Amino acid sequence: MLKFEPRPTPSPWWTYVSPLLALALTVVIGVVLFALLDKDPMIGLRMFFWEPISTPRAWSELMLKATPLLIIALGLAICFRSNVWNIGAEGQFVLGAIAATWVALYSPIPLGAMTVPAILLAGMLGGFVWAAITALLRDRFNANEILVSLMLVYVSFQLLNYFVFGPWRDPFGFGMPSTKAFPADARMPRLFEGYRVNIGLVLGLVVVALMTLFIFRTRAGFAQQVGGLAPAAARYAGFSSRRALWTALGISGALAGLAGALEVAGPVGRLTEHVPVGYGFAAIIVAFVGRLHPVGIVFSAVLMSMFYLGGELAQSRLGLPKSITGVFQGLLLFTLLACDTLIHYRIVWRRNKG
Amino acid sequence: MEIFFLNFATSLNAGTVLAIAALGLLINEKAGIVNLGAEGMMLCAALAGFAMVVHTGSSSLGLMAGMLAGAALAAVFGVLVIWLNTNQYATGLALSLFGVGFSAFLGVTYSRENLADKMVKTPSIWMDVPVIGPGMARLDTLFWVGLLLAIGLVWFLQKSRAGLILRSVGENPDSAHALGYPVRLIRFAAVVVGGSLCGLAGAYLSTVYTPLWTEGMTAGRGWIALALTTFATWRPGRVLLGAYLFGAVTMTQFYLQGQGMDISPHFLSMLPYIATIVVLVIISRNPIWIRTNMPASLGKAFHPGS
Repeated sequence: MLKFEPRPTPSPWWTYVSPLLALALTVVIGVVLFALLDKDPMIGLRMFFWEPISTPRAWSELMLKATPLLIIALGLAICFRSNVWNIGAEGQFVLGAIAATWVALYSPIPLGAMTVPAILLAGMLGGFVWAAITALLRDRFNANEILVSLMLVYVSFQLLNYFVFGPWRDPFGFGMPSTKAFPADARMPRLFEGYRVNIGLVLGLVVVALMTLFIFRTRAGFAQQVGGLAPAAARYAGFSSRRALWTALGISGALAGLAGALEVAGPVGRLTEHVPVGYGFAAIIVAFVGRLHPVGIVFSAVLMSMFYLGGELAQSRLGLPKSITGVFQGLLLFTLLACDTLIHYRIVWRRNKG
Repeated sequence: MEIFFLNFATSLNAGTVLAIAALGLLINEKAGIVNLGAEGMMLCAALAGFAMVVHTGSSSLGLMAGMLAGAALAAVFGVLVIWLNTNQYATGLALSLFGVGFSAFLGVTYSRENLADKMVKTPSIWMDVPVIGPGMARLDTLFWVGLLLAIGLVWFLQKSRAGLILRSVGENPDSAHALGYPVRLIRFAAVVVGGSLCGLAGAYLSTVYTPLWTEGMTAGRGWIALALTTFATWRPGRVLLGAYLFGAVTMTQFYLQGQGMDISPHFLSMLPYIATIVVLVIISRNPIWIRTNMPASLGKAFHPGS
């Protein structure tokens, strides 16, 4: 019979192959799903994996969607490496968007050339403050960060609704609950004329570099992760678990907030109730699929962005619900977790004894 | 007075959704497994139940479909965490994310359906009773199911041999294994039962309580149910009380809106979530409470013979 036998040491090879195998399995399930729905699987594959890279415009859209996923997932990677389960990035993203909107539309002082940096800073601050609530309650009262950060997501949605239905609602919005459009100087500068991709992508890549340095080249980054791997060893070494908690939540909150600011001042251009589209949750999958490694996350963020674009195409051309993206995202994480078993175990064939 | 009892009954109904799900999760957790997939299971079950009622008109079949859907998803989760030793938090999250997407994907065609004209309402015998009558009539059958479930669980966990074995698996799986109990099968059974109860709660929500299907309609109830097991320090009676309290909080928000309070409805909608955080903080503040009551192996993988 088939048996799982523990490996003496985790297999580095499977660490990298597992995400690819998981992707392959997800694609197989996707093909079956398309066939069951009477849609041509080849057309489906084309929409998800070829069309998003087929034209310059497609590349621009691909990068535009990959940016928030990348930035949020980089922060979550720090959290998960430190064994801090922040699953409320979606809420921190929303607070970032709200704070950015306040600066863009209601700044009490004229900001001039500093408008864009101020918007980004405000976004980071908003996300940071929202994550700090979770950190504070965990640190001070030992409240479970999974539940607190998630509850704050629902609170943030209501806060967003309050602003766009209430005080910030554009009276000339044709019944649409949204703020007025951001003025031109409050929009993220685009990288190329005629394409929507903006400086957020560059910022994202800068964060990749910074995060790589922090995780692998600084003492603080090292101390951060020891607590996640071996709490007893961390205590022995004198690494503070409280500092690790605050650092993890602080960084991930600020990054999720930055992504929120980039989104609202970038492609969307105004605050509406539809600004949060689940990037905060998808980024959890991005972080895991990218092996919690900044460079790996670049690839997984692009992959997840393909899922989003493919889902939109499947909706507009095949009439499938856009939520097919969520189905594939969930499947990818499921299959990844299953495949990860092979990092620690090998499958052996053994005859039953006696 | 009648109005009071009516509101009270509505709160109990609202609490029942949480109670049934949380009692299911309690069974999981007593065996040492945390299933963060509650939200996803409830959503899929809500859709399964709703679709069943749309096609058959039978609400009991609907509830059964919900239980089946919850059990099936929990079984996938169980195989992954129990036999493949995947991380329970990550796997549960995967289940929640998948469930949200999957139910939204399959549910599109059902979002315009209305159950009201498909279900036959029989007038309750309570209607003729003064004062408490209308309130009693408003209580859903599932309220009584939830109540019985909690009482049954108290007996099961405290008095029955099977309950003792279940608890021993959650407290110390290695000893239970050494005594010859099939730890993995027991955990799997607990996970599937927990999933089916989450499923029942989800189907109740979509077929009786609301009754309609919308994307993401559970609105965090699965997560609140997870929090409830902690609030209740893993005791069925307290789970039930906590759930009714939360039902009342949910209803307060509608009550205050009805009274024409000068508070934005969006702030009132935050109430259940903020209440969850507040209670969580109050309970967690004393680490000894949590530590002495939490099943000792909660969230940890079990490797037999290691």
